Amino acid sequence: MSERRKFILGMARAVGLAGIGALVWSSVLEESVHASLLLRPPGALDEEDFLRTCIKCGLCVSACPYDTLMLAAPGDKKPMGTPFFDARNIPCYMCTDVPCVPVCPTGALDEASVTTNGKLDINIARMGVAVVDPYACIAFWGIQCDACYRACPLLDQAIVLEYGKNERTGKHAFLKPVVVQDVCTGCGMCEHACITEKASIIVLPREVAMGRAGDHYVKGWDKKDQERVKDAHGGTTQTKISEKSALDSLNDDSGLFE
Amino acid sequence: MRYLISRRITQLGIIALYIAAHLWGLKILEGNLSSSLLLGTIPLSDPFAVLQMFTAGSIITMDVLIGALLITLFYGVIGGRMFCSWVCPINMVTDAANWLRRKLGISYIQKRVYMSRNIRYWVLGLSLVLSFLMGLTAFELVSPISILHRGLIFGMGFGFTVVLIIFFFDLLVHENGWCGYICPLGGFYSLIGKFSFIRVSHNVDKCTECMKCKDVCPEKEVLFMVSKFSETVKMGACTNCARCIEVCEDEALNFSIRNFIDKN
Repeated sequence: MSERRKFILGMARAVGLAGIGALVWSSVLEESVHASLLLRPPGALDEEDFLRTCIKCGLCVSACPYDTLMLAAPGDKKPMGTPFFDARNIPCYMCTDVPCVPVCPTGALDEASVTTNGKLDINIARMGVAVVDPYACIAFWGIQCDACYRACPLLDQAIVLEYGKNERTGKHAFLKPVVVQDVCTGCGMCEHACITEKASIIVLPREVAMGRAGDHYVKGWDKKDQERVKDAHGGTTQTKISEKSALDSLNDDSGLFE
Repeated sequence: MRYLISRRITQLGIIALYIAAHLWGLKILEGNLSSSLLLGTIPLSDPFAVLQMFTAGSIITMDVLIGALLITLFYGVIGGRMFCSWVCPINMVTDAANWLRRKLGISYIQKRVYMSRNIRYWVLGLSLVLSFLMGLTAFELVSPISILHRGLIFGMGFGFTVVLIIFFFDLLVHENGWCGYICPLGGFYSLIGKFSFIRVSHNVDKCTECMKCKDVCPEKEVLFMVSKFSETVKMGACTNCARCIEVCEDEALNFSIRNFIDKN
């Protein structure tokens, strides 16, 4: 066999093996990053950017005074080495000096996203959003419990109580917790405080829990939202049907009985 | 023995400093081998991890860039591939596997499984290609080095299984299989450390051709000149582990500072 032939064959073999390796490796990676129900530290970039930017050094974990943050180890079924927290176990206590964010060397925890007017501001962090299960929450049954409402660090802002009449008894009130998504930071203190066996208020990643109505819905009663369509102008769509008036078009039975 | 002991002290000392920083806030060396803060001010970052982040499309901050450059400069100019034998925690695992392998004589009963030393460069290339295609740091997410190292500092989980895989691979499948053939970080530092100053040099006049050095060397190719002619080890794959120096009874091998000026 000539040297050249040997070389080409050798390279082809290596490329083939590398291809097999790449397929196995990429599928492992693909699976390993598919943990969508995962709460990141405050100021984290969106998950896709976070995964490529976090260097997994654990400086945020060391900086956390409450041992809230952990680095995902094998077996946690989360992208390995990346920081996360489990709110039911230890929530984020929303330190006002936000020690975990400025220590991040790569910017995976973005200082700008937790800064207002040049000062660190944990209240604008968006780690997730609390979601209530109205069937398991005993406040919805009519039993008085405001554990989550009281635990919320943004008291009466992120969780408000909705009053209602309890028709079953006829003389008692419902005090139902309702999450205000625009205010909720996703710290998880409500989930931590929830008294039901399995928490009836849990924090989910905002991307998972929140819907999106779409740009084509305009709140006509909301002046600011209405602004979006102030330059919109109407037009008439001309099709074959619209050649005649609507009534004539509907009454036209030509071709119907043939 | 003195080099072996100093290697172990360095390896364990670095991990101890990281653990002390995490548990007791001793701010000498914080973080971990991926990225750390020395004395609370100097950033140090794994250049290979930063390279993967870059190819994955992340915006590299000044902190990690400086950190990666410092590490690259240190190993590139001074240490060579020293990371592998003086810092990396997996080195202790594979050293243990190889020690047991020698004690049990597995290398003698086993037919040689053929593997190429170049696999590590292919894995290195693959990790960059996959990082680029998937927008992830491909090797960092599965790296056994990080798993063990992070595990020791922040909690191991089932990480020990990965360490066991490496141990048994080196013990049963191939001598120095992980460090010498597969690990892309080793490949990366082999490339970076090619021109460093600290080198092992061989003095053929003292050599008695016992070949103990080649027996113990995890990267045997780098010692090709032993018993043939005097030369400094030039290949980047040499980890400066000094095992050959310790095993040599004739002082034919020793550390030296590379002489870039050609003597001829």
